[in-house]
Amino acid sequence: MPAEPILRVSHVCKRFGGLTVTDDVSFDVERGSRTALIGPNGAGKTTLFNLISGVYPINSGSIALEGGVIDALPSRKRISAGLSRSFQNIRLMPHLSVIENVMLGQHSQASGIVDLLAPVSWQRHGRWRRMAEERLREAGLDVDPDGSVSGLPYGVRKKIEVVRALMSNPRLLMLDEPAAGLNPRETADLSAFLKGIAAGGVTLLVVEHDMSFVHDLCERTVVLNFGRLIYDGPTRGVQEDEAVREAYLGSRRVETGSAGRAA
Amino acid sequence: MSGYMSGIVAILCINLIFAYGIYVTAAAGQLNLGGAGFQAIGAYAAAWLSSVAMQPIWLTIPAAMVITGFVGFLISFPVLRTRGVYMVLATFAFAEVVAGYLLRSKVFGGAIGMVVPDHIDVPVLIGAAVLVTLAVFYLMATRLGLAMRSIHDDEPVSSLMGVNVRAIQVASFTLGGAFAGLAGALYAHHFSFVEAQYFNSLLSIYVLLFVLIGGTQTAWGPLVGSLFFTLIPELLRVGGSWRYVVFGVAIVLMMIIRPEGIVTRELVARLSPRNWFGGKRPALGERHAG
Repeated sequence: MPAEPILRVSHVCKRFGGLTVTDDVSFDVERGSRTALIGPNGAGKTTLFNLISGVYPINSGSIALEGGVIDALPSRKRISAGLSRSFQNIRLMPHLSVIENVMLGQHSQASGIVDLLAPVSWQRHGRWRRMAEERLREAGLDVDPDGSVSGLPYGVRKKIEVVRALMSNPRLLMLDEPAAGLNPRETADLSAFLKGIAAGGVTLLVVEHDMSFVHDLCERTVVLNFGRLIYDGPTRGVQEDEAVREAYLGSRRVETGSAGRAA
Repeated sequence: MSGYMSGIVAILCINLIFAYGIYVTAAAGQLNLGGAGFQAIGAYAAAWLSSVAMQPIWLTIPAAMVITGFVGFLISFPVLRTRGVYMVLATFAFAEVVAGYLLRSKVFGGAIGMVVPDHIDVPVLIGAAVLVTLAVFYLMATRLGLAMRSIHDDEPVSSLMGVNVRAIQVASFTLGGAFAGLAGALYAHHFSFVEAQYFNSLLSIYVLLFVLIGGTQTAWGPLVGSLFFTLIPELLRVGGSWRYVVFGVAIVLMMIIRPEGIVTRELVARLSPRNWFGGKRPALGERHAG
């Protein structure tokens, strides 16, 4: 019997009014794997992330995390179920310091009344703060922990968001375009960092446009186009696939309707 | 202390506690323009318990807090269904209903108001103000305070981080109600008289301004805002009726110069004792090097 997948997306449909954004999407993410989710703009990648993390409910189908269906679970409970994510546009809290942003990521780990009422901001050598500083250092982030996040370079803020997502000790980490806007050196650093995280037992599901980053990091790729799954297989086969080429480059035949707009 | 001075200190203490009542919801991103309604409930609860039910002060004040806190809890459910300017209007409407009811009710003396027999003096007010201030500073340093501030910045992301947004918002309204109720009860017992006209919409506007002009990012905000709003008009008394013009201009200038409030986190960090001796704070790498 094959091992149970950490994430199973089955026949998921999502409509916004008359627009179907994900249409009968099914795929599995194997435990310990590094999977990429790619597709042209508007393919429904971020929507799928939002459905998996519970930002909005699905219309039909189901999503199972480690065998348990999480469709009805509110978003705040999915993080303690082992799922954590970052965002396409950096969503750090602008009025919290670097360390406070990272410590916010610990919230799901610290929800007892004693933890909630402990003055973490004053405990400069407390265990929560030490854990957060440790993770920042592991990520190679050499920043003032008490400084504001707003003034930091883009690449640094992106990495802080990944660290924040890691603080909940997720088993499945979903990253929405982690390499977007990074320079080649930062991209290589990020890839090495994420490989280290995956080696520690965290399953990765990554939305990304940068194909060399995807090739470097992910052994498997799932491709969406207009809300439909068009490829699910090894990353090295993706660029040879006819349907994928058509989605990115457009069809050679002159067609009316949607397929021609994909380029 | 002269009568004039003790009068200013008394109203400053009451306003400060009242401002913290508004602050605890504002810190979590909810604007409450119904402050006067909550304060009125606290004041009238204490007044009724003291003058009609003949209860001692040690009972009237906690009871007023519990009652106003409970009203805050109940009102949070309909109010939290609204957002932004609609929330401001909903809370404003709540205060108008409270004031309208008190003006017409026979039990609470209608337009004549109520006399409160038991008096408390300025030192008690100072003690209460200090306690509330410390409590709010503590609250904002906790993980709960961190969650409140994160809701202020980004509600959906806070929820994805595991924060129970709705529970924390309801708790903020409850605590805010209790603080406003305490401010009302102290007002009733200090001035020995309550009338509905005092708890008008201008009071709601002022207390929200204390918080917004002071700054919602840190617990220093309401403290500085209350001082600013209570002391500046007194200092401007020499200018006669022009003082209102000068004061109004000062408020507008504050909003232009410091749109996030007088006290921001950046300002607190810059003034923090850790930065007094020699500039730059160490980054993580430097601190742990070697």
